Amino acid sequence: MKEGYELVYKRPSTLTDRRMSYCPGCFHSTIHKFMMEIVEEMDIQDKTVGVCPVGCSVFAYNYLDIDMQEAAHGRAAAVATGIKRVLPDRIVFSYQGDGDLAAIGTAETLHACNRGENFTFIFINNGIYGMTGGQMAPTTLDGQITSTCPYGRDVETAGMPMKMAEIISSFEKVSYVERVSCNTPANARKAKRAIRKAFEYQMEGMGTTFIEVAANCPSNWKLTPEESLKWLEEKVYPYYPLGVFRDVKKLKKEE
Amino acid sequence: MAEVKLMKGNEALAEAAIRAGMQAYFGYPITPQSEVIEYLAAQEPKHDYVLIQAESELAAVNMLYGSGGAGARVMTTTSSPGFSLMQEGVSYMACAEIPCVMVNVVRGGPGLGTVQPSQGDYFQAVKGGGHGDYHVIVLGPNSVQEMVDHIYLAFELADKYRAPTLILADGAIGQMMEKVILPAPIKYEPDKPWATTGKTPDRERNILTSLYIQSEDMEQRNLKLQAKYKVILKNEIRYEEYEIEDAEYIIVAYGLCSRIAKNVVNRARDEGLKLGLFRPISLWPYPWDRIGEIADADRVKFFISVEMNAGQMVEDVKLAVCGKKPVFFFGRLGGIVPTPEETYEAIKEKIG
Repeated sequence: MKEGYELVYKRPSTLTDRRMSYCPGCFHSTIHKFMMEIVEEMDIQDKTVGVCPVGCSVFAYNYLDIDMQEAAHGRAAAVATGIKRVLPDRIVFSYQGDGDLAAIGTAETLHACNRGENFTFIFINNGIYGMTGGQMAPTTLDGQITSTCPYGRDVETAGMPMKMAEIISSFEKVSYVERVSCNTPANARKAKRAIRKAFEYQMEGMGTTFIEVAANCPSNWKLTPEESLKWLEEKVYPYYPLGVFRDVKKLKKEE
Repeated sequence: MAEVKLMKGNEALAEAAIRAGMQAYFGYPITPQSEVIEYLAAQEPKHDYVLIQAESELAAVNMLYGSGGAGARVMTTTSSPGFSLMQEGVSYMACAEIPCVMVNVVRGGPGLGTVQPSQGDYFQAVKGGGHGDYHVIVLGPNSVQEMVDHIYLAFELADKYRAPTLILADGAIGQMMEKVILPAPIKYEPDKPWATTGKTPDRERNILTSLYIQSEDMEQRNLKLQAKYKVILKNEIRYEEYEIEDAEYIIVAYGLCSRIAKNVVNRARDEGLKLGLFRPISLWPYPWDRIGEIADADRVKFFISVEMNAGQMVEDVKLAVCGKKPVFFFGRLGGIVPTPEETYEAIKEKIG
């Protein structure tokens, strides 16, 4: 460090040097950075095991310098359950998209939460299938256009977009549920705080923690990164409100 | 300390898994093997293994993936429709090289089928089952004692080769009671530097994956697996021969059918008919070469594969015999166990 200079920002040592495969403006890279900053700050690199299933983030293990398992599509919660149960003192997280967590893997997700499996879900909800090129997700908004609902999602036939944070918050053995976003620096900081809180609750053995990121997908929404942030504010947050949906520590205090 | 007991196949298998150092079990109830998870649930307070009754076989096999990948000695058991559901995970574990023991206590199919014993899943077990070029090691026990012995062996093979290992039993072996010698419990100490246990400063991060998006990388991964399979083919072929030395007619049978076949051989010998039994114990790798050697002997007139299916293993027998001698088939379907009488009649008919 040069004299007279102050270090205000650095890449966490827990991120690899590899160039990320994510599109410009996508929140994946931001969330990756937050997770790895937390791992560095909490000094838990040797205790952290991640699970990345099929989706854009299937390559997460190329960027996160921690032990990781790649899981089959939808099966991350079951894989994370297996890891955490045999290594109960490790910090385990699954990093899943909306197709993975809320469509093909709904059973694994709900039952892991119902059992209160003591790991952290990081759920990236961008309302679309990114990796396969922009098809409808269980979380695609009413009327939103995708390649498999080219005239807009018809909720009469496709059902309503699934509010996973709200659903998950109904499970008694889930300790913390928050929906966050990264559209502004303030919200991004909140997102990081939420992930850290989830890891801390996990270390205390409080049960399942679930962080939903109301995320963007500029490429498949066919918007610029900046326009995608506007879309989030105008369309996404009104249906998927940000905030804490369950916090057992607060619930206990209220009792 | 070893113990002698009278036990049901499924329960003996469960007890053997505990004694062999199993650290986690994941399963979903399905007839005719639900006694395994029931036994393990009853014994759980006395031991420190993880036990989860999963929400589905799909979840169970993926819990197996996670915990096996984390370095633990892990097992699941199921029966035919359940094993079909697990095939996704089996393919992933084969590619990611995750050791685990799986048991399929086979019932009659296809579809929901019947809960009666069958060998209808032979193709699924030895020729793939899931997608892609892979094999699992497959053992075919024919007694309650072998349900026990094969558990120890399966855990060893799984760890040695970092390969999913399958015990292909059937409903009868799972349900019947026999005297069994239970070996002394072993203390299992995992030595798996590749496991995802948390990256320590002295090593690179461990990644378990079956994804190699570049074709060149995927080909290399496949070649690595194939090289491993070659070693397994060389080292792990197991079989039993009974009255083969002077046999002119040879029954090939595994599992429950080999018990029936032995009975038939004894009857035939009493009547002066030179019948012998060849029993493959490892179903993959299959003892093709040994069967081929037997087929070379001038005295041998034909082979007959006896199975509880429409004729599946008979294809491997034909492959092994390679046209040198005739290969016939006799079997019953739908959960029916062939009787020694009808099996003997079928053989005599071929002799003419």
